Amino acid sequence: MTATATPPTAKSTTPPRPEGKQKRRPAKSPYPLWFYIPAGILFTVLFLVPTISSFYFSLTRWSIFDVEFIGFENYVQFFREPALVQGFINTFIFGFMTSGLKVILGLLLGVLLTSSVIGRGYLRSVVFFPVLVSVIGVGFTFRALMDPFDGAINTALGWFGIDGPGWLTDPAWALYSVALVDVWRGVGLATLIYIAGIVGIPQEYYEAARVDGASAWRSFWHITLPLSWPATSTVVLLSLIGGLRSFDLIWAMTRGGPGFTSDVIASVIYKQYQAGFYGLSTAGNVILFLVVTAIVVPLSMWLRKREVEQ
Amino acid sequence: MQITRNRRTRAVAVAGAALLALPLAACSADGGDDSNGDEAIELSFLIDNGEQTVSMVEALTAAYTEANPNITFDIEQRPGGGEGDNIVKTRLATGEMNDLFLYNSGSLFQALGPDQTLTNLDDQPWVADLTDDFRTVVSTDNGVYGTPVGTSMAGAVLYNIPVYEDLGLEVPEDWDAFMENNEAIKAAGDVAPIAQTYGDTWTSQLFVLGDFGNVDTQDPDWAEEYTAGNAKYVDQPALQGFLNQQDAYEADIFNEDYASALYDDGVRMVATGEAAHYPMLSFAVGVLQNSYPDNLNDVGVFALPAQDAADTTLTMWQPAGIYVPNTTEGATLDAVKDFMAFTVTAEGCEIQVTAGGANGPFSMTNCTLPDDVPQLVKDMQPYFDEGRTAPALEFLSPIKGPALEQITVEVGSGIRSAEDGAALYDEDVEKQAAQLGLDW
Repeated sequence: MTATATPPTAKSTTPPRPEGKQKRRPAKSPYPLWFYIPAGILFTVLFLVPTISSFYFSLTRWSIFDVEFIGFENYVQFFREPALVQGFINTFIFGFMTSGLKVILGLLLGVLLTSSVIGRGYLRSVVFFPVLVSVIGVGFTFRALMDPFDGAINTALGWFGIDGPGWLTDPAWALYSVALVDVWRGVGLATLIYIAGIVGIPQEYYEAARVDGASAWRSFWHITLPLSWPATSTVVLLSLIGGLRSFDLIWAMTRGGPGFTSDVIASVIYKQYQAGFYGLSTAGNVILFLVVTAIVVPLSMWLRKREVEQ
Repeated sequence: MQITRNRRTRAVAVAGAALLALPLAACSADGGDDSNGDEAIELSFLIDNGEQTVSMVEALTAAYTEANPNITFDIEQRPGGGEGDNIVKTRLATGEMNDLFLYNSGSLFQALGPDQTLTNLDDQPWVADLTDDFRTVVSTDNGVYGTPVGTSMAGAVLYNIPVYEDLGLEVPEDWDAFMENNEAIKAAGDVAPIAQTYGDTWTSQLFVLGDFGNVDTQDPDWAEEYTAGNAKYVDQPALQGFLNQQDAYEADIFNEDYASALYDDGVRMVATGEAAHYPMLSFAVGVLQNSYPDNLNDVGVFALPAQDAADTTLTMWQPAGIYVPNTTEGATLDAVKDFMAFTVTAEGCEIQVTAGGANGPFSMTNCTLPDDVPQLVKDMQPYFDEGRTAPALEFLSPIKGPALEQITVEVGSGIRSAEDGAALYDEDVEKQAAQLGLDW
């Protein structure tokens, strides 16, 4: 996924340079040149060269045996891809839905698990556990659970007289079912980030609020929520980037099906690759890279600005 | 995707593979010049992991080693489908292919660039014994490249004979008669008229792919015109396959769990009489023999009916072939050639059928089927006797779009209409045409 690698969007950690020093020659590096060479070679070979060559190969008709330069034809072809429009829509639905749910559920769980609830440590690990399980394993397990006839979910619903839908086989449900599983799998990480954010809020604020007679709701709304903003922006960014380029869970559960109804951009690209259209799928990756960047960079700038304003 | 990285890491991979291959290389280097046929040679053989393939190849290699103790085999299995295609293509492109390998014939074989990557076997004695149908699908203009493993097979309707007998039905010759049978079966109650298994998406293509024999009979030039970019699926006669699938969906005659059922479920249903029909390739014999041996002769076969009984034609698939990459040389190459010649002798054919079962007639003129073939192979014979067979499209044209199975799932689930599906498939194959460098 070299082409989808996004530039680091986390908060910049460059310390502000003291005024005046800026105009002088940059301070001599404390390390000799050879010290940088190993990392530099690794970076060039594993990241720089593939990224640049992927831009080149996206302009070629590339079968595995030969390469022919064809200009922007792959891009034209990719935008004519019938499944692509649906894929774009599904990608956005999937990305924003999972990201939103992870923020809401992560925050609520974070508040719960920082309160003095019984068995807190145990509950924290239970919430985090799905993050540690292999995505493919999760996908296959839920595919079995969501089987419309023998699956555990519909069997359980049947006890209450509810006729469950074909979670993964009904075109109206498939994408949302996968999104819900993705939330289940990823909410542990969001919760963890929120726990760290909430624990970092100084107790004095809550004490002061209590003295002023603030209700629990007001402390949450006016202290916890705004002061855990860095956690929120991290969760939003991480889950949105993950959601927009998500592939593994969708592929394990539906392969984009039934038909094309749960296809996202990444699975459309993968199908081109499987079919041997290497140039075309590389072009798709470049497009995905640009789309993710176009969404995430402005969003991260906006989130960072809000943070400063706090 | 990792494509771009593959190229860079190729050097590393080659170095790594070279280390691994050292013992092998040592083998072939030793006996490179004098082929006295006595020193030990181990042949590395890449095959797909299909049940039938594995048992046939294991039986063939075991028999060959017994006759030639100095030649042994290291059999490596790979997945089928798109993943398998990638393994084969990558190994060929990097020169790391096993000494011999098994792969599809027809359009997939052509996509390997045989003239650049494989050893031409035109001078081998068995070439004369290949059936014309098979020879053309493992050849380029420059010569023949492979020997068949297994038998040819039909893409047709498997049906449960006891269900037909109970209801007093007759094998339908045209589409209306087929649908009347389905209505009769539906009216009778318990049995699903047609099994569909969209949990394995590839199984959804049979209404379209298996209808090609009928298209070919109505317009013998269709495949050629299709390759040239003139004939399209949106037009008749080819559109009929999509329309038939839509027709069947709308008649509500599929098994209840058609959207999630798998290929094995489909074979089980038609074998045990849970379903009356299952449009499928006759290689289902493999699963029938291993999992439902008691029901083996309860399953018969008939061609997907055309609208007009006079056009109904059985669509035939050719078996996969054994090929030799051009990186195999010296004594190893001699051993491989000798092994391949063995697999297509009458003895080799018999070993294959004993181990894996017959799906249809042999692709070798020097081999004959035993008398006790499964019922569904017997059912094919009349079509051959009357000359009512035709090769599947993938053996007549290199054009096969990758999205057909998703499209036919949509048509067969009522998500998309037949006309829309056909139009979408026509767009899909344009990419394949461009990749092959055809000027449409």
